[in-house]
Amino acid sequence: MINVGAIKEGYVLDHIQAGMALQIYNDLNLKAMKDCTIAIITNVCSQTMGRKDILKVECPLGSIDLDVLGFLDHNITVNVIENETIIEKKKLKLPKQICNIIKCKNPRCITSIEQELDQIFLLTDAEKEIYRCKYCEEKYRSHKHNKLN
Amino acid sequence: MRHLMSPLDFSVKELDSLLALADDIEKNPAKYAHACDGKILATCFYEPSTRTRLSFESAMLRLGGQVLGFSEAGSSSAAKGESVSDTIRVISCYADICAIRHPKEGAPLVGSQKSLIPVINAGDGGHQHPTQTLTDLLTIKQKKGRLDHLTIGLCGDLKFGRTVHSLIEALVRYEDVSFVLISPEELRVPSYIREEVLDANNIPYKEVERLEDAMADLDILYMTRIQKERFFNEEEYLRMKGFYILDPKKMELAKDDMIVMHPLPRVNEISVEVDTDDRANYFEQAQYGVYVRMALILTLLEVQV
Repeated sequence: MINVGAIKEGYVLDHIQAGMALQIYNDLNLKAMKDCTIAIITNVCSQTMGRKDILKVECPLGSIDLDVLGFLDHNITVNVIENETIIEKKKLKLPKQICNIIKCKNPRCITSIEQELDQIFLLTDAEKEIYRCKYCEEKYRSHKHNKLN
Repeated sequence: MRHLMSPLDFSVKELDSLLALADDIEKNPAKYAHACDGKILATCFYEPSTRTRLSFESAMLRLGGQVLGFSEAGSSSAAKGESVSDTIRVISCYADICAIRHPKEGAPLVGSQKSLIPVINAGDGGHQHPTQTLTDLLTIKQKKGRLDHLTIGLCGDLKFGRTVHSLIEALVRYEDVSFVLISPEELRVPSYIREEVLDANNIPYKEVERLEDAMADLDILYMTRIQKERFFNEEEYLRMKGFYILDPKKMELAKDDMIVMHPLPRVNEISVEVDTDDRANYFEQAQYGVYVRMALILTLLEVQV
């Protein structure tokens, strides 16, 4: 058993797919939070998932973009911690729109030549978790599906 | 202010009004001859498309308006590196309405975002070409008298043909419409059209390889060109090319009131002998393209006649 200390203020991101914690760490750009203590715990036994990853982030509340997290994997449980107590368990939803998180890979898209345009993707099918580029409508499956498929 | 980016931007009700206006324009051209006096249409064509550009220009001139623009990127400020957004913002100062053709998908949408005038997508790469779809819908409405209770055969390159995809998306909104998809195996309609448009709307369709197998069932035959390079090999091309050429012999299998459509230009997929058949409607379709663009310009400029 490994003990990782409790955090005073911040987030515990639970139920991350096993092996995906580092990816989430990178996609949330947690590396940039230089003053924050972060624990990456992988391959934890889980009753529901078999194995799972956990990220503990000691940081001021509001520092993590939960919209982005919803896009990356909306099955992650977000425990909001204040004074070493869970004050809220947030259920993530797929955001309706994501901006400058992923890039359109369609070489015929206008964003391929006009670099200053925001990379905007819209959720067009929540059930199948399909996002499409706002400009060319090229399909982009959610991060989780990309990894799974 | 409204723009047109996709044929689905208009609801069925709005589309009905637009097609009714186009019908009135066809019947009473003189009534509309000065509807756009003093108005200017800018045709911003970043790639050549003579037919579409002339159709837009004809539409505006027939409404009494005037036109300006460019017909290739080389003769525009794009050659100096100006963004589409900036170009259209400037064009907004010169014209009252703008039609954009661009090889990059989504460029007209980018142009519309900062435009002070209505923007019409006149074709963006393989993405959308809404005025072609409006043209097709008007042709069907005028020739068949309805957009519902129809069996439509789509023949040729159904994989890469954006006009076919847009037409399917527009027609599934009407009651009792079914499709016969006629193409070689390698040029079938993409799976997202089958799954997200046809299956999702419970639209009946069948896929066949030979035109002869479909002819008798069709109310409309929409022909498209198959490019030789789309086939996997020369042998397949030679084996199948005859399957998709419409000739008088195949026309004998069709209903008396079936109509033949084609977005043009054709190469050899419809033999010239078919041109004299009363059921051939592809040249009238080009004429309807002008009427529907006239109706669209009036609608977006909110001109009441």
